[in-house]
Amino acid sequence: MTHAALAQKSANFDVNAVRRHFPVLARTVQGKALAYLDNGASAQQPNAVIDAVTDYQRHHHANIHRGVHTLSQEATALYETARDRVMHFINARSRQEIIFTRGTTEAINLVAQSYARPSLRAGDEILITHLEHHANIVPWQMLCEQTGASLVVVPMDSRGEVHIDAAMALMRPQTRLFAFAQVSNALGTVLPIRQLVAAAKARGIVTLIDGAQAVPHLAVDVQSLGCDFYAFSGHKMFAPTGIGVLYGREAILELMPPWQGGGDMILSVSFAKTTYNSLPYKFEAGTPNISGAIGLGAAVDFLDSLDRDAACAHEAALLEHATATLSRIADLRVIGTALEKTSLISFVVAGVHPHDLGTVLDEDGIAIRTGHHCAMPVMEYFKVPATARASFAFYNTFDELDRLAAAIERARELFA
Amino acid sequence: MDIKDLYRDVILDHNRKPRNFGPLESADARVEGFNPLCGDRLTLRLKFANDEIRDIRFEGQGCAISTASASLMTEAVKGKTRAQALTLFSLVHKLLTDDAAPADELGKLAALSGVREYPARVKCASLCWHTLACALHAPEPQCVPAVSTE
Repeated sequence: MTHAALAQKSANFDVNAVRRHFPVLARTVQGKALAYLDNGASAQQPNAVIDAVTDYQRHHHANIHRGVHTLSQEATALYETARDRVMHFINARSRQEIIFTRGTTEAINLVAQSYARPSLRAGDEILITHLEHHANIVPWQMLCEQTGASLVVVPMDSRGEVHIDAAMALMRPQTRLFAFAQVSNALGTVLPIRQLVAAAKARGIVTLIDGAQAVPHLAVDVQSLGCDFYAFSGHKMFAPTGIGVLYGREAILELMPPWQGGGDMILSVSFAKTTYNSLPYKFEAGTPNISGAIGLGAAVDFLDSLDRDAACAHEAALLEHATATLSRIADLRVIGTALEKTSLISFVVAGVHPHDLGTVLDEDGIAIRTGHHCAMPVMEYFKVPATARASFAFYNTFDELDRLAAAIERARELFA
Repeated sequence: MDIKDLYRDVILDHNRKPRNFGPLESADARVEGFNPLCGDRLTLRLKFANDEIRDIRFEGQGCAISTASASLMTEAVKGKTRAQALTLFSLVHKLLTDDAAPADELGKLAALSGVREYPARVKCASLCWHTLACALHAPEPQCVPAVSTE
């Protein structure tokens, strides 16, 4: 989009109308209006999600898939309807490809343990990138310990970008799986996932995309992408915590053994032999997070009800404004300056430790994240122990960004 | 609650100009502390004369609370016996967590009392003390493992 088109789209976005959907945004913190700039850690929930969850709890709660009574059938219908909504949201081919998990972390662990563990052996390689969240590093390290495979890391550059040629250079005959984020949680970098998936596919390498930071901001079409797995969390896209999704291509999911045994994932059990259930239930052992899934379905509907192009343009304008405003602050260094970013800005201020900054900002009602963002290799690369990270959603305002900048200036004075 | 209750002038001063900061030649003990929550790292080096802490210096990177706390601690424990230093630790721990803690006997360390209003920051102030306790308890001071407050 051109700058003028972006500005026009952004101008069409009624942020105050959107904010009214999110009750928490009206509260105060330390006597000041809340400025919630920690959406990358967890986004707030709109009334539509809260109401869907409480309506289920008030009127329809029962266990699913096992009762002939009315409540059980209603609960089952609500849960399975949520699956259909998620299927449409990422344009999966079938509902069998949507597995509910606790979140992105569990989804990645599922792939590591069910897909990769049985098939990998010593000499095989798993490829990740330097900017991954710990959730897309540690499960593969555990797998390497279990199988003797090795972990190989695609480097990033000083802007925090991962380049296709760097990745291709490390896609080798022994590379079995390439797992990478669509968007970096620590830096906001948007990776060239279309090219990365295409290059991996051309070499027969299975791909997993960590979409946790992408789904709140970007439209996702797994069929068009052609990835084998796509993982994301509900709570980063305005749904409750404890619910997430693993998308897997049906053909690959069919070949995978269950990773947890229990109820719901079976067709029949005897002491001699158990027959597993079909997809997606094969991977959903035990009573799932029914209310969470229903909340996730409602979050999808809520996002669909927005003009997402306008929301996206508003977020881009927020990022542009934040980058310009914060860059004017003396001694402030932006960490992660990729050409394509989501609305997130990570930074350090000389003389002010991120943790102190976080405390000072909280006194002004401003919530940001400070720390290593579960991406310690990224911190190591930029030679910082931690950063401050302000991450925006479409409900944030330019006024909140100006308050952020003013509060950073006050923190600088305090610690000078 | 005023932010200056947390960041008192003593804290800000010790953060800007940490005392006993830097390496310590031929130390008897070296111990590292790490707070994975915020990435703070701290190295303490000590010299003992019999049971007394004759010298103590620290290095590392941390927030203002953790830097000032370490700086204040080195001043407070220098010249103390191991037992006296550990007693001081328990008094500081009380100060950081208990509203009714007496601050009179703590001298400058009392400046840390504002931290107890900020539960997320207690670990910042106590990291250096946990690290010191590790050095004082360890039977072989040269090979003390890193301690973590997580």
